[in-house]
Amino acid sequence: METLLILMLLPPLLGTILSGILGRRFSQAMVSLIGCGASGLSMVFALLSAWAYTNSSTQPAPFIHRYFTWIESGNLHADYALYYDRLTLVMTVTVTVVAFLIHLYSRGYMEHEGGYYRFFTYLNLFLFMMLTLVTAANYPLLFVGWEGVGLCSYLLIGFYFRKQSASDAGKKAFIVTRLGDAGFTVGVALLFWTFGSLNFQSTFASLAALPAGQMQNTLTAIGILLFLGAVGKSAQIPLYVWLPDAMEGPTPVSALIHAATMVTAGVYLVARSNPIYSHAPLALEVVGVVGCVTAFYAATIALTQNDLKRMLAYSTISQLGYMFIGCGVGVFAAGIFHLMTHAFFKSLLFLCSGSVMHALNGELDMRKMGGLRQKMKTTFLTFFIATLAISGLPGLSGFFSKDEILAGAYEGPLGQPWLYWLGALTAGLTAFYMFRALFLTFFGVSRMAPEVEHHVHESGSKMTVPLLVLALFSIVVGDVSWPKALGGTEAFDRYLEPVFKPSEDFLQSSAHTAGHGLAGGSLMMFALLFAAVGILVAYWFYLKSTSLPGRLAARFSTAYKILIHKYYVDEFYNWLVVRPIRVCSEKFLWRRVDAGAIDGVMVNGTGESVVEVGSLLRRIQSGNIRSYASWVLLGATLWLVYVLWPR
Amino acid sequence: MLVLFYIFAALAILAAISVVAQRTPIFSALSLIVVLCSLAVVYLLLGAEFIAVLQVIVYAGAIMVLFVFVIMLLNAGREAPSHRSRIAKWLGAPLVAAFLAEVLLAVWKQFSAGSTRPATSIDAGPAAVGHLLFRSYVLPFEVTSILILVAILGAVVLAKKEF
Amino acid sequence: MVPLSHVLALSAVLFVIGAAGFVFRKSIITVFMCIELMLNAVNLAFIGFSRYLGSLDGQLFAFFVIVVAAAEAAVGLAIIIAVYRNRDSLNIEDLDSMKF
Repeated sequence: METLLILMLLPPLLGTILSGILGRRFSQAMVSLIGCGASGLSMVFALLSAWAYTNSSTQPAPFIHRYFTWIESGNLHADYALYYDRLTLVMTVTVTVVAFLIHLYSRGYMEHEGGYYRFFTYLNLFLFMMLTLVTAANYPLLFVGWEGVGLCSYLLIGFYFRKQSASDAGKKAFIVTRLGDAGFTVGVALLFWTFGSLNFQSTFASLAALPAGQMQNTLTAIGILLFLGAVGKSAQIPLYVWLPDAMEGPTPVSALIHAATMVTAGVYLVARSNPIYSHAPLALEVVGVVGCVTAFYAATIALTQNDLKRMLAYSTISQLGYMFIGCGVGVFAAGIFHLMTHAFFKSLLFLCSGSVMHALNGELDMRKMGGLRQKMKTTFLTFFIATLAISGLPGLSGFFSKDEILAGAYEGPLGQPWLYWLGALTAGLTAFYMFRALFLTFFGVSRMAPEVEHHVHESGSKMTVPLLVLALFSIVVGDVSWPKALGGTEAFDRYLEPVFKPSEDFLQSSAHTAGHGLAGGSLMMFALLFAAVGILVAYWFYLKSTSLPGRLAARFSTAYKILIHKYYVDEFYNWLVVRPIRVCSEKFLWRRVDAGAIDGVMVNGTGESVVEVGSLLRRIQSGNIRSYASWVLLGATLWLVYVLWPR
Repeated sequence: MLVLFYIFAALAILAAISVVAQRTPIFSALSLIVVLCSLAVVYLLLGAEFIAVLQVIVYAGAIMVLFVFVIMLLNAGREAPSHRSRIAKWLGAPLVAAFLAEVLLAVWKQFSAGSTRPATSIDAGPAAVGHLLFRSYVLPFEVTSILILVAILGAVVLAKKEF
Repeated sequence: MVPLSHVLALSAVLFVIGAAGFVFRKSIITVFMCIELMLNAVNLAFIGFSRYLGSLDGQLFAFFVIVVAAAEAAVGLAIIIAVYRNRDSLNIEDLDSMKF
């Protein structure tokens, strides 16, 4: 088993090294062979590990193997150790399958862009880091993966580094997530200080033995600090501003990193740390509230976005909010379930938009699209399936996962009705903006420029085959877990019980939830109702009376302006943080401190003062013998004074 | 005996002041000879017969003659006044006065505490000095002979007209 | 007999006079003679101590001082001659080329 895990991690690492060092000399076919081959091997071994674990005798207990000692410093022991349990299984399978499909897609997408080998190098590196993150057995190793994916995100967002906006976006992503990482690091330090160990096994064991209400303040602090890291990485309020700008990167990057995998690392962190959170309900409430507010907030911004990828980015932020609602109310399994389904349909949405972008020669403004339904049949079909999934239509995967979360928001251990209602409303908004995108892009009359319209064509099979596979997954993955209200057994939740049940029970026992009135079935109904309303309104606005949106925007122009400028948050951050730092750096730190004090006083000043003192002192060497004699006599006199001084 | 000492001490001091104060080098040289001879007498009074005679023969007789020769060779005349050393100009006199005061103070302090023991009479004739010279101090003796050899060579080379 | 303090006082005075001459005089030869004066003052101190400590070592030292002074005088005067030939001046304040 331990070999299988290492074999899963090894191909991407080797692929990185190989393509990185020698890729320049390889042909595109060779590079894609290495890249996709590494990713494919990784997927195979991930599946084999899953099979081995399922058939092993120790399951469902986690499989932990220590490979070698990494950090041994005083009390701090962090080993290179991997932790494999059912949660890890879910994460690794999802990550490797989606990554493999996106690698295949990139063969077609990146064919005529520059830097082919560089792209696959970074992509493989990302896969390795992400797998490290989800299989780590202690927080430091997790942090290694965490930082690694952050690095790859920076490299890949700024892939077209000659474009100013792209490199700026890369920097923004890195710096904003850094703020979250600071919280993460402090949280881990606090954890070490409290428990004396940083690996999951011993920390969770200590937590399991802890009675309720003990150490609550410390644990709440740890929980909130770790969540701060998740806020950065998973783009929640207030650290979400990097994700829309991250769309500057190539579309496969947006699909892999900013939809399916890296941004879900925050959710994984919270889910993995569930023992901590089970003793700190306040922290969990923070998680839930932030997630819910972010979900709603991002959905409102997505309503008016005209750039297809930007809209999908805000949609991702919103869906991540859902996952955090799931974790925040205590139904961790639902959050992970949504993570899994979202990985499939969101990456599908991004890849479709990439396909559209390719066909329209780089155009992404939905106002300049339309009527693509006939010309790009496969893309349209898969996009439609994904849109249905994300809107939560019954039968598709998104329905099951979103529904579980909303049910948990209402009746879970820490559930509150308002969380449910806001979540349901957001579901309605989601359906609206997704169908808006669908209608604007694929239906209606063509608003494309003539020369663009000429060249519209369906993408090659290299790109469409992954689309179809992902579409299939978007449909069937939900079937692993039919909700109870419809007579199912919620198999997914059962599956993840060994990981989450202790925490969920703990929260259930220590929380005070009275019956809220609505039963499961009606909860589902309301959510569906909101979604249906959203779809109908979209249909009305964008297919029936297409001038209506324009007139509404003119009527409520202030509200529209606020939304389309994303609530002016970027401008606010610019005023609050960026400008003061720049002014301080340029005027004060650079001019006064660096050039003036350090260069001028310390470095040059030392030199100059030495020269000054030297030029003063050397006047003694006047060459005049009488002067020398006088100095000697002076010295002798002074010395005699010293000797003769009465003690 | 003490009276003799005082007379010759005073003579030595006066001649020394004359050495320092004379404008022409030749008069300084002659004054120095007077100093050396007075000191030779003082050595005799102190019982160092061999050194006294040595002083007259070598110091006053050879070295000072050399000095006089060089003065005459170089035709050294009166000194021209020049003051280029500021420290000597300003600090010279006070320093010398201070130094004199300190040294005399040192001597006085040493001897005001108690009485010294009386002088012992030792045999300081040439034989005794020679005994010591060729037994305990034979190494410095040999080394000084080499030193003199080197000095001769150096003097000859340095003072030659052309190489 | 002659008290040691008197001998030492005489030695001290002669030494200071020599030092004063060294500082104040400008002709090289005169400065050299002041150096000889200082050496003689030291010699006197040696002889005085030799007498009052009852050992001949002081006189031996005085002997060596005289010998070395002789050698030194020879070489020093040769140098003065060489310098006079080059600089045509016997003023030590003119010999100041080794300076900053």
